[in-house]
Order: sequence, then C-alpha cells, then structure tokens
Amino acid sequence: MRFVTVSGPPSSGKTAVIIKTLEHLKAAGRKVGVVKFDCLSTDDDELYQKNGIAVRKGLAGALCPDHYFVSNVEECVQWGLAEGLDVLVSESAGLCNRCSPHIREVMAVCVIDNLSGTGTPKKIGPMLKAADLIIITKGDIVSQAEREVFAARVRGVNTKARILHVNGITGQGSFELSTVWTEGEETATVEGKRLRFSMPAALCSYCLGETRIGSDFQMGNVRKMDLEMPTGTKTDGGPQDFTPGGGDS
Amino acid sequence: MSRELKSLTVEELLARWPFAQQFLGDQGHENLTDQPEAVLAEVLDSELLEQLGDFLADMESFLGTSEQKVSEVTIRGGRAKDGSDESVRELTVKVGEIVCIVGPTGSGKSRLLADIEWVARGDTPTGRHVLINGEVPGDKWRFDSEYKLVAQLSQNMNFVMDLTVQEFLALHAESRQAADPEEKIQRIWSWANELAGEPFGLDTPVTSLSGGQSRALMIADTAVLSASPVVLIDEIENAGIDRQQALEILIQQEKIVLMATHDPILALMGDRRVIIANGAMSQVIEPSEQEKANLTELRELDARLMGLRHRLRRGERLDTI
Ligand SMILES: Nc1nc2c(ncn2[C@@H]2O[C@H](COP(=O)(O)OP(=O)(O)OP(=O)(O)O)[C@@H](O)[C@H]2O)c(=O)[nH]1
Ligand SMILES: Nc1ncnc2c1ncn2[C@@H]1O[C@H](COP(=O)(O)OP(=O)(O)O)[C@@H](O)[C@H]1O
Ligand SMILES: [Mg+2]
Ligand SMILES: [Mg+2]
Ligand SMILES: [Zn+2]
Ligand SMILES: [Zn+2]
Repeated sequence: MRFVTVSGPPSSGKTAVIIKTLEHLKAAGRKVGVVKFDCLSTDDDELYQKNGIAVRKGLAGALCPDHYFVSNVEECVQWGLAEGLDVLVSESAGLCNRCSPHIREVMAVCVIDNLSGTGTPKKIGPMLKAADLIIITKGDIVSQAEREVFAARVRGVNTKARILHVNGITGQGSFELSTVWTEGEETATVEGKRLRFSMPAALCSYCLGETRIGSDFQMGNVRKMDLEMPTGTKTDGGPQDFTPGGGDS
Repeated sequence: MSRELKSLTVEELLARWPFAQQFLGDQGHENLTDQPEAVLAEVLDSELLEQLGDFLADMESFLGTSEQKVSEVTIRGGRAKDGSDESVRELTVKVGEIVCIVGPTGSGKSRLLADIEWVARGDTPTGRHVLINGEVPGDKWRFDSEYKLVAQLSQNMNFVMDLTVQEFLALHAESRQAADPEEKIQRIWSWANELAGEPFGLDTPVTSLSGGQSRALMIADTAVLSASPVVLIDEIENAGIDRQQALEILIQQEKIVLMATHDPILALMGDRRVIIANGAMSQVIEPSEQEKANLTELRELDARLMGLRHRLRRGERLDTI
C-alpha cells in the first residue's frame, strides 16, 4: 500500500485536491482511502464518503493535531491494509505551524493556496519545509504574476520539493498528481520510522489546563518576550526565559 | 546550430539574438542590416555561419539563456476518446505563432492544453507526446517553477495583492531576478495603458484597476516578465482591451500563443486553427484568403459596436446607428 501524508493550512484545498486525484486512481481500478485528522470538527469525512472513498476521522480535541496524528498513525496504516487499500492518504489540518505530520520514507505533500499571501510560505514552517511535493491551488483566480511570485516564495522555503499546480475545482493538474502518488515505496508499517521534524515540546502549565494568568501560574517551558520597556518601569519578577532544552530554532 | 541559422533571414537573426549585430560588425558585415530580408545562407559562407553559431552559443551560455530558450513545441498525436488514432499526427508551433483551439464543450480542448503544460510523455489519457525544441524534455519542466512551460491568462483572474502597480511589478521583477527592472516596469506600464485605453498611474493600487485595465496589465506583464514561453489565453473576448495589439505584444516578446476561443475575430487572427473533436486534434487549418478578407469586415463591425458602447456611456440615444 502507498501511504501519502497531506497537510496544509485550513481551507487551502486539501480535500478538493485529494478527491480529484483519487478519482483518477479509482478510475484506474485502485482501492483508495483517507484518514482525516482535525481539531474540533470536520465535515470532510462526509465529502469523502459521498465520493465513494473509504474514510476514518480523528479529532484531536485539546491536543495539538499533529501530536495526535503521530500517536495514531500506525493504527491508521493497519486499517488501510485491512481494507485492502492500494493508496491511503492522510489529511491533516495544518493548524500548528510548529509541527508537521511528515514521516521519513513516506511521501509528504503540502497543499498551499495562491490566495494565502506571499508571507505564508515563510510562516507555515515544517509542513512546507519538510515536504517532498508541494501543491499550489487556486491559481485560477489570481494573475500569472502572482502565481510566479508565490511559487518563487515557496521555492525559497523549500528548495528541493517538486512543485505542482492543481485546481481543486476543475481538477486541472490532478491527473498529473495521481501519477506521482503511485510512484515510490510501499508502506507496510510505520512502526520504527521517524518523523521528519521533531515536534516541539508544548509543556507549559497552560498545556496542562491552567487558565489563570500571572507569573505565579507559569511553569515549565515558558519564555518571556523582551518588550524593551522604558527604563524605570516596574516589572514583575516572574520566570525569565526558562527554556529547558533550548528555545525555538 | 549553423544548420538552423542557414534558413533565417538577417531580420530574424537579429530579432532572436540582438547581440549578433556585434559579430556581424566584427566580421565586416555591418551592411547586412540594410538587407533584413536576406537569407543567411546566401550572404554568409559556411565557415562564417559556423563561427556565428559558436559565437551565439557562447553568448547564450554567458547570459544563462540557452537552457530556457524554447523555440518550438511539438505535439505528437495520440488517440481519441474512442481509442482510435488521432488524425493530426504531429503539430509544431514556433515562437511568434498564434494557434487557436476550437471545439465543442467536452471535446478535449482543456486536455490538449494540459498535455502541453505537463509535457506529456504518453502518460496522459490521450497518449500524446510533447517535445520541446524537438527533444524529449526533462522532469524540470514538470516540477520546477522556474521552468514552467505555460503561463495562463483568463477572464476569471484577478489581482489580490495589496500593492500599487509600481510595487507589484517590482515584486514580480525581483522574484524573476530580471535584468534592468526599472526599464521593464516602465515598458509594461506604458503597454498596459495602450491596451486598456483608459489610462492608470504607477501609483494606482492593482486591486482598484478596472476589468480592462487589469487584463491589460496582466498581458503586458506576462509578455515581459513571465518565464514561460507558452502563453495560454482562455476566453478574453470580453476583456475590453485592444485584442489585436495584445496579441502583437506577446508575439513580439517571442511567446508561443495558444488561444481557446470562439470569438471570430480572435480565431481568424490565429496563424492556424486546431479543431478538436472527440478528444482528438481532428484537423489543423490555416485561415483562407476569404476568411482574411472577412476579418477586415469583422473588425469594422467590431469598431462600430465599440463606438455604440462609447455613445451609450456618454448618455446618448442610439436611434441612428
Ligand atoms: N477557485 C478555487 N477554489 C478552490 C480550489 N481548490 C479548493 N478550492 C475551494 O476552497 C475551499 C476549501 O477547500 P477544501 O478542499 O475544503 O480545503 P481544505 O484544505 O481541505 O480545508 P480544511 O480541511 O477545512 O482545512 C472550497 O470551497 C473549495 O471549493 C482551486 O484550485 N480554485
Ligand atoms: N483523447 C482522450 N482520451 C480520453 N479522455 C479524454 C481525451 N481527451 C479529453 N478527454 C477527457 O474528456 C473530458 C473533457 O475534456 P476537456 O478537455 O475538459 O474538454 P473541453 O475543454 O473541450 O470542454 C476530460 O475529462 C478529459 O480528460
Ligand atoms: Mg479538508
Ligand atoms: Mg475546457
Ligand atoms: Zn504542534
Ligand atoms: Zn503550552
């Protein structure tokens, strides 16, 4: 079974692209399925079902969706194998710009759209940086110049990935993408494989449910901003830059 | 390269490689520029032609333009939707040519354009093969944004960036690492103003341009700054711009223009017309003398309609037309 991890910012066109692309694979007689990961709710599973695609969903709730993804991915792969799938795709909402679901030796796809602004490629971090294949959507509504500028920004963040332009509505480019998804290694298990990017530790008191504000309640991995206050301002003597294991890199 | 040079005229040589003028001067042939129609094989001996070929190759690799330079695209026929062989077995389009693509909805026009964009290698539903400069192209044409074969212009496209015309063009020029961006920005802006008819300033925000102005700016920008040698135009018939001049600008910038259109004026302006039926290129035709004559009449009709629109805009009645 081929396993493909797809991530990308909310509403970038992940579901639209996956559906169009899997249609070509179905037409070629392959069995396809999707596991959708999201935070609080999603209707994507119904969309997949409507399009005749086997689907499972997982809602991370209070957890970082990517942390939740890694904790469940092996079970998902086993589900795909049990269903006899030829191609299994995971769709995760890229809600955490610090994390990414991409796994070494598993095709990693990032979907990003032309409308998201030229600053976005730089902002979204590992899910774009660690991808093998970058899909740029919504090229149908912006100018050629903006497509070129946007693609150059994407290239600036990830110099190695292949870049493809796909239209999630008309499906233009999706046939081409389907040929890429059937290249490469088969996956029988992800046990023992490694994430491409270590997920940052989110271990402050707020991760653990703290809601009260103030230095007294801040414990663990807490960093303070340097606001360069005017001299003489009274500052509160809370923990300063306490960062076990280093800050953000 | 000398074989390829032989059949070119002096004018064609200088249009494609302006720096060839320097070579001709150095070789004591500066007077050739007075005979633009002369064919190179007739005015230069074979040794000089070979030297010219080497000179151009050196200059191109120095300027870094040789690899990107696409001079023609060839489509080798595949099969129709019913599996039968496509009637047109081979179609080559060269820079400076305009090819129109016509056929009913669902006949396969978009698929043909997609085959070109994906530089098909028999691996699409049509089984077509696409060659660049007569050769099977590498993967970079599929996956590398710097090598995108096709630039697109269509009715639905809008500017979304919050920038002025000047800033917008500067950003595009910078991302393309274009030489002499100032000159290019000026040129795009003045061409776009000619195309649009209603002038706009360099300090106008791109998002507040009218439909016609936006389309005009997109065309001039694509002509000058886009890396892609092929320009795909989808239904710009109602764009409210000078369509003939728009095409001329693209051609002058050495683009290959492919146009899906059912507008009679645009269709007759093409050098050739590919007819698509049942998923296949069924015929390639050139405009007949009669059609060319009709084009003049169609243009007059078009100009009259345009005049009526202007009158309506001025609040006039159309009792006499
Ligand atoms: N114009 C245009 N719209 C698109 C394109 N691709 C997707 N869309 C639209 O964008 C919206 C969001 O697309 P989805 O596929 O739901 O996006 P998503 O990334 O799966 O969204 P989440 O799963 O909610 O994060 C939908 O309305 C799509 O129809 C495209 O190429 N062009
Ligand atoms: N030669 C062909 N063989 C198989 N399918 C084809 C062929 N040509 C086109 N198609 C398919 O037919 C459908 C309609 O074609 P399309 O290019 O969208 O038509 P148009 O743009 O002319 O409306 C598409 O799904 C396309 O992939
Ligand atoms: Mg989705
Ligand atoms: Mg079409
Ligand atoms: Zn996270
Ligand atoms: Zn936390």
